[in-house]
Amino acid sequence: MPITDQHRRKRGRNLALAGVLVALVILFYFMTLARMGGGGS
Amino acid sequence: MASPSAVGIGPDAPDIRLGEEARVADFFALLKPRVTALVAFTGFVGLWLAGGTAHPFLAAVAVLAIALGSGGAGAINMWYEADIDARMTRTRSRPIPAGRMSPSAALGFGVVTATFAVMTLALATNYLAAGLLASAVLFYVFVYTIWLKRRTPQNIVIGGAAGALPPVIGWAAATGTIDLFPLLLFGLIFMWTPAHFWALALYKTEDYARAGVPMLPVVAGLAETRRQIAIYALALQGFALAPWAVGLSGTIYGTGAVALGAGFVALALALWRRGTVSLARATFAYSILYLFLLFALLIVDRAIGR
Repeated sequence: MPITDQHRRKRGRNLALAGVLVALVILFYFMTLARMGGGGS
Repeated sequence: MASPSAVGIGPDAPDIRLGEEARVADFFALLKPRVTALVAFTGFVGLWLAGGTAHPFLAAVAVLAIALGSGGAGAINMWYEADIDARMTRTRSRPIPAGRMSPSAALGFGVVTATFAVMTLALATNYLAAGLLASAVLFYVFVYTIWLKRRTPQNIVIGGAAGALPPVIGWAAATGTIDLFPLLLFGLIFMWTPAHFWALALYKTEDYARAGVPMLPVVAGLAETRRQIAIYALALQGFALAPWAVGLSGTIYGTGAVALGAGFVALALALWRRGTVSLARATFAYSILYLFLLFALLIVDRAIGR
């Protein structure tokens, strides 16, 4: 099946979403560490 | 009646549905990145001035959450105003009116982003900051976008409260309280907003008239708008100098605020008298620089001046 421009866009969006999900895991991991270290206001 | 292929049914139907064309850049555009950058910066200044005991990483997350709250509200705004955006040259290339994204995708993205921002701020800092961020988002969407924007030329005056909240949110994120200083910064941005948006509306009047948005130049005329800009630019100076006057900022900020304010007032008065398009553009551009530099001065003053 030929790779169309639409497929490329969809792949770009999927990769971006995957990146956001990985970033969220990292974000919440470090947020938890910071909160457990007593760094909240 | 439209043929089946024209409505996306059957073997000859186009392979692309509305919304399938959206690129990552279109979702980014929904966040109104330039507005969001200024919002995040003013939020950061509020947080930084407060000091407090917040962990640096949590402080960074708080600024990110403020930015995402603003961006999410911007996306919901673009969903609701797609019909207006389509009629204005300034906004018709936005993702929804340009047909690159479905309205429902934009709405979903905006709601998820704003909700995520509020929840993250609550987890990273405290419920007061999260509640203030939620209030700013809800006020921007329901009071400004849905209620006021299409009804009154005072839309951006009252709606400006949403954009003025970030320093208060930043302060609350750092300390869990609200103090006089962030309230003065709220007043500063609130008084800055009308002159900023009306300067833009002066040279986009036809756009707003075509879209049926009752901005002040459309309803009251160009001369009255120029007069109102001058009045707000003058009144703004009281709020800009207040942090220095009450001793919350030092002479670096005070001197800078006087100089920057003199430039703003001079431009506004020149615009009132002469009323050229180039002066309106200059006033709009200067207003952005003015707010950015004023808030940067607050940091410089606190860092080295006291």
